[in-house]
Amino acid sequence: MNKSRAPLIHITKRKTMPWYCAWGVRGAAIVAALIACAVVTMFMTGENPIAIYAAMLKGAFGTTRKLWILGQNIAILLCIALALVPAFKMRFWNLGGEGQVLIGGLAAAACMICLGNRLPSGLLIAVMTLASIAAGAVWALIPAVFKAKWGTNETLFTLMMNYVATQLVAYFVIIWESPKGSGKIGIINQTTGIGWLPQIGGQKYLLNILVVAMITVIMYFYMNYSKHGYEISVVGESERTARYVGIKVERVILRTLLLSGAICGVAGLLLVGGTDHTITTTVAGGRGFTAVMVAWLAKFNPVGMVFTSFLIVFLGRGASEITTIFGLNHSYGDILTGIILFFIIGCEFFINYRLNFRKSAGKEAANV
Amino acid sequence: MKKLIAIVLALTLCLCLFAACAPKEKPADGADNAEGTENTENRDANVKFDNSSEMVDVSSLTSEQTAKIKVGLIYLHDENSTYDLNFMNASKEACEKIGVEYLIKTNIPEGQECYEAAAELVDAGCNIIFADSFGHEPYMIEAAKEFPEVEFCHATGTRAHMEGLSNYHNAFATIYEGRYLGGVAAGMKLNEMIENGYITADEAKIGYVGAFTYAEVISGYTSFFLGARSVCPSATMEVTFTGSWYDETAEKEGANKLISNGCVLISLHADSMGAPTACQTAGVPFVFYNGACADACPDTFIVSSRINWEPYTEYMIGKVAKGEALSADWTGTLSNGAVVMSEVNEKAAAPGTAEKLEEVKADLIAGKIKVFDTSTFTVEGKEITTYLADLNDWGDFTGETEVIENGVFNESALRSAPAFDLNIDGITLLDTNFG
Repeated sequence: MNKSRAPLIHITKRKTMPWYCAWGVRGAAIVAALIACAVVTMFMTGENPIAIYAAMLKGAFGTTRKLWILGQNIAILLCIALALVPAFKMRFWNLGGEGQVLIGGLAAAACMICLGNRLPSGLLIAVMTLASIAAGAVWALIPAVFKAKWGTNETLFTLMMNYVATQLVAYFVIIWESPKGSGKIGIINQTTGIGWLPQIGGQKYLLNILVVAMITVIMYFYMNYSKHGYEISVVGESERTARYVGIKVERVILRTLLLSGAICGVAGLLLVGGTDHTITTTVAGGRGFTAVMVAWLAKFNPVGMVFTSFLIVFLGRGASEITTIFGLNHSYGDILTGIILFFIIGCEFFINYRLNFRKSAGKEAANV
Repeated sequence: MKKLIAIVLALTLCLCLFAACAPKEKPADGADNAEGTENTENRDANVKFDNSSEMVDVSSLTSEQTAKIKVGLIYLHDENSTYDLNFMNASKEACEKIGVEYLIKTNIPEGQECYEAAAELVDAGCNIIFADSFGHEPYMIEAAKEFPEVEFCHATGTRAHMEGLSNYHNAFATIYEGRYLGGVAAGMKLNEMIENGYITADEAKIGYVGAFTYAEVISGYTSFFLGARSVCPSATMEVTFTGSWYDETAEKEGANKLISNGCVLISLHADSMGAPTACQTAGVPFVFYNGACADACPDTFIVSSRINWEPYTEYMIGKVAKGEALSADWTGTLSNGAVVMSEVNEKAAAPGTAEKLEEVKADLIAGKIKVFDTSTFTVEGKEITTYLADLNDWGDFTGETEVIENGVFNESALRSAPAFDLNIDGITLLDTNFG
């Protein structure tokens, strides 16, 4: 018998967990997260946790309007996450979603402001669409060129491009601000609605939701059933293998990032032309980064991402409802969201690894 | 082929950016002025100013009248911002005093979220929606168009009198009078420093941390400066801008920069505690805005002016409860209790400040002193005798309304939001591009 003491806990990698077990763990994590939130809420605010959960559900689904806003927020977050997927599958860590969305939005706003009086609305929308897509694509292409040609670090490069985009937007906001000196553009073409994307059936957000639904389906097939998608996953697994089988790696990188940036540009277009009708440095609102989480949590599966983006938006909307109904500070909603995300991300550990506890000698003998 | 497409797309982007730069050279094509040129001439003629300072006695409201009222409040930040806190305190107090229900939404950005927040508050049964930040205005207007049965009230906005919506209203106060009083306290402090030999008369330089470079801020620092100069004639002022309403670091750095430039007294128009913190650390006295902070800065805080939003909250609830129409603009004043001064902090202020402020305040109320008396300042060396202010802001940045009357710039008389945007002599502007 081995006399040296085994550690109390040691961790081993699991082979694979059956999918139903994995989802069981995730479900358990959500339940645990909700219990943790309830405990924290009771201690900190003295409110009844059941009422808090009811408020969260009401905040996300309570009225038709809330459902639409939920749908709109999911659509935008999902759109950005979808844009990141091909790059991530290729192990190109595009953290520049925020900047690519902003620059796409900036291009749309530029068209609305500068061409608003010169082009008919339909043509203007076409120009805006082209400009947004091109701007987003170029913003992603720049780091891709550097990566492909000189092997620069794309994580830092794309991250830095976010700041450049933010400053560019800040610069143009000051050029277009109204009134002068206020640092705000306000709603562009508010009286005429020129360059506003059309509303389908009188619903403000339906167009955005449909566009993103379409992108989701296309992205699913592109990643799983197209030659491009296959090339992307080969490059992601091993660049050398890719080269060996005759894939032009540089070309794949450039092509994929053009696509990634273009979809971010679409997100910018939907935000500026579809809903906000203005441009500010915060129009993307950090969603370029939240989208990273959405994509990772769903293992880059476009269909799974519908659920993860739903989950994150639901939490955010629910949390903000809590703050309104119970008169708590807005940060309290963020605390709850933080707790829940901690559990959800943490549970992936238990799906991938097994905890082995030290067993008593007798039991060990029996097991052997 | 693909490269070709990439190049074409890149060129499209470049063209757009060039197009974006065009309006700078041709201001006639103005930013979002998409109404066409033919109706620009008579659109000013159709505008009717409708500004009141009325107060409603809420104690006369019956419970039947108030039972149907539910107020929705939209704030840009939360209670960490001195600006929003000032609103929150006033609205809560007024709502609780009258006994009406209210819902609060904090941290609502100046974008589509504001429209969504307003619409959700309508869904929740609110029949008065109030928003507190300038940039909320276009989104409040969008919501007002969609929900004609709900009253939308917006502080600091400029467009209610132009929109022709009977359910959309602006409110502001003659805070320039409060700032003038703050300036008087500052001037007395400068005089004290000169008498003590701490500075010479020409070193009486004030520093001012402003947020943006438009009328609301310009009117504020100019009135403050005129107040200071009315008691300390050698005073000069430097103003730095942060380009944000709430940026604690930038406000602190701005104050530090002014102090190192030789400013011996600081005032501000921004919403964080950044500048007061810098002043307390450096031991430089300051005049505050939005609320007293004698607790946080016991040695340096002199006095503070603020807008008390309670009278307006009572006005808006009272009018809706009685089923009466609200005026397009509402302007709070010293006499209706909307412009108030904090207690003078005797530890930092010059002796006799409190008495002097009472005296000047009485003169302001009586109309013996006019803050923007054109004989007290010059622009590029000349006295101003006529000025067209941009009260109807169509996005064209051209003034259309004469505001100089009997030697006074009539601030907040026709429209509640400030319109004074002249750069007067004696004030040096720094970082106007939000450096």
